[in-house]
Amino acid sequence: MWKWLHPYAKADRAYQLCNTLLPYFAVITVVCMVVGWIWGLAYAPADYQQKDSYRIIFIHVPSAILSMGAYSSMAIAAIVALVWQLRNAELAVIAIAPVGACATAIALITGAAWGKPMWGAWWVWDARLTSELILLFLYLGVLSLYHAFEDKKAAGRAASILAIVGVINLPIIHFSVEWWNTLHQGASITKFNTEAIDPSMFWPLMVNIVAFAAFVGTVTLIRLKNEILQREKHRPWVRQLIKRG
Amino acid sequence: MQLAGPNGAGKTSLLRIIAGFAAPDEGDVFWRENSITKNYDDFARELLFIGHKTGVNAQLTAVENVRFWLQIQGYSNEQELYPLLAKIGLVGLEDVPVRSLSAGQQRRVALLRLWLNDAKLWILDEPFTALDKAGVAFLQDRFVSHLENGGAILLTTHQDLTTHFNDLQTVTLEYRH
Amino acid sequence: MIRQHSYLQLFSAVCKKDLQLAFRQRAEIVNPLLFFLIVITLFPLAIGPEPGLLARMAPGIIWVAALLSTMLGLDKIFRDDYHDGSLEQLIASSYPLPLTVLAKVFAHWLITGLPLVLMTPVFALLLNLDSQSLVATVLTLLLGTPLLSFIGAIGAGLTVGLQKGGILMSLLVLPLYIPVLIFATSAIDTSSMSLDYSGQLAILGAMLVVAIMSAPIAISSALKVSVS
Repeated sequence: MWKWLHPYAKADRAYQLCNTLLPYFAVITVVCMVVGWIWGLAYAPADYQQKDSYRIIFIHVPSAILSMGAYSSMAIAAIVALVWQLRNAELAVIAIAPVGACATAIALITGAAWGKPMWGAWWVWDARLTSELILLFLYLGVLSLYHAFEDKKAAGRAASILAIVGVINLPIIHFSVEWWNTLHQGASITKFNTEAIDPSMFWPLMVNIVAFAAFVGTVTLIRLKNEILQREKHRPWVRQLIKRG
Repeated sequence: MQLAGPNGAGKTSLLRIIAGFAAPDEGDVFWRENSITKNYDDFARELLFIGHKTGVNAQLTAVENVRFWLQIQGYSNEQELYPLLAKIGLVGLEDVPVRSLSAGQQRRVALLRLWLNDAKLWILDEPFTALDKAGVAFLQDRFVSHLENGGAILLTTHQDLTTHFNDLQTVTLEYRH
Repeated sequence: MIRQHSYLQLFSAVCKKDLQLAFRQRAEIVNPLLFFLIVITLFPLAIGPEPGLLARMAPGIIWVAALLSTMLGLDKIFRDDYHDGSLEQLIASSYPLPLTVLAKVFAHWLITGLPLVLMTPVFALLLNLDSQSLVATVLTLLLGTPLLSFIGAIGAGLTVGLQKGGILMSLLVLPLYIPVLIFATSAIDTSSMSLDYSGQLAILGAMLVVAIMSAPIAISSALKVSVS
C-alpha cells in the first residue's frame, strides 16, 4: 500500500495524477449523463402505478448511492491521511466533503419532491430519508470543523479524525434508524414494491449511476487540484505552472 | 543551547516542534537516533517541557499543582517538595490558589519542577519571564548543576547568559517571510 | 529520584484533580442539573399538563433534556487544561495519553452524568412516570450517560483550540448521539408496556464497551491536533 501511495506523497506528482485522470472522468460524465438522462427521462416506459413521476429516480437513486459512496471514499482518504501522514490525502478529504454534501442534499430534495405525489407530504420520517438527513449533518460537521480552524494543517487532520469517527458511527446510526422506523412505522407510509425492477428501467438507471459517479469524481478531482495549488502556491513547481499559463 | 531571534522569528514554534507537539512541514526530529514521532514515549520520559503556558492550574494551590505534575510523570519524590518551597520562596503560600499569587510567584511554581525531575533534556520557553534578580540567579545555578550532571537545556530567552555558561551555543533565527 | 509507573496512580491523579476543581466551583455540578430540571419544566408548559400525554412523552423528554445538559458541561472538559498548558504536560507525560483521557472522561461523567442519574427519580415525578418506566429510565441513563461523555469528548477534543468551539461541538456531537437516544427511549417505551427490554440495554452496553475501547484513542489524536 505504502509503496503504491508513496510517489503521490509529493504534491506535484499528485497534481499530475489528477490531470491524467480528469479527462477520463469528464468524458464518462458527459457521455453517460447525456445518454442516461435522455434514455431515462424520454424513452424509458412510464411506471404503471406512479406514472411519470417515478422518473425522478434517475436522479434520486444515483445521488443517494453516491452520497454514501462519497462518504466512504472520504473516510478512506482520512485513514490514509492519518496512518501514513499523507498531507495530500487530507486535501482529498476536504475536496470530497462538499461534493458529498451536495449529493446528499440532492438526494434529500429529490426524495422530498418524490414524496409529495407518493406519500402526500414533502417529508415523512422514513428510515432512509432520516439516515440521509443525518448523513448530511455529518458532512456539514466535517466541513464546518475544517473551516473553523485557522491553521489549515490542523484543520485537515481534525476533519480527517471526524470523518473516521463518522464512518464508524454511520452503520450504527443507520441500523438504529431502521430499527426505530420499524417500531414507529405509521400506516400512511406505503412502501414501494421492492420487486425486481424492469430491465427497461434498470439499464438507464445504471447508466445514470455511472454518470453521477463519474461526475462526483470529476468535481472532486478539480477541487483537489485547486486545494493542492492553493497549499503549494509558493513552491517553485506551481510558480512555473503559472508562468506557463 | 540558547535559541535567539526577534519576536515572531519562530522560536516558540521551533521549541514546540522539537518537543513533539507540532509536526514540522518537512523533516523530522531525532532523539538518541530515533525519530520522536515513532518513539514518542521514550522521548517523553527524558523530556521536561515548560512552555509559554506553564501547565499550572490557577484554581489549585502550588502544592497541589506540583503534586499533580509529579504523579502524571510517575515520580514519587513528594517529600522533597516542602524544603524546596522554602528555598524558592513560596513558604506560607502553599495553600493559596495559584491564581492569587503574583506573576513571579506563579512562574516559580512552574519552575519548581526543575528541581524534581531526572529528565535529560529540558526545553524551556522564556523561563526567566517575570522573575526578579534573585530568582534569575537561583535558576541559573540550577541550570549549571543540571549541565554538570550531563543534562541538556534548550531555551529561549532575551537574557544574556554568556557570563554564566562558557559552552553556551546560540542559534539565532531570522525573521523571514 | 524514584520513578515508577503505576497506571492506577495516573488514573486516580487525573480523576482527583478534575473532581477537586469541580468541587471548588460547585456551579459546574449544579448548573447542568438545574438546566435539566428547567427543560423538563418547559415541556408540560408547552404541550399541556395532561398526565397521560406527559407519561407517554416522558422518556423522550427526559432523554432529550439529558442530551442537552450533558452538552453543557462537555465544553469545559479540556478547556482549562488547554489554556493553562496542562494538556501539553499530559501529552509529554510518560504515560499513554488515551489512559489519561479515559480518566478525564470518567471524572467528567462522575461530575455531570452521575448526578443526573441520581436526580432522575425526583424529576420523573414531575412527568408522571410510573415506577416500571422509572427503573428503565434510570438504567438507560446509567448506561447511556457515560456513552454521551465519551462521544462528546471527541467533539470537545476537536474543538478545544477554537475560539468559539462550543456551538460547533454540539453540531459535531449531536448527530452521533442519535443511536443512544433511539435505543434508550425505546427501552423505556418497551418497559412501559411491561415487556422485556434487556435487548436494548444490551445494545447500549455493547456500545459503551466499544466506546471505552475506541473513543480514548480518537480523543487523544484530536487533542494532539488541537495542541499543535
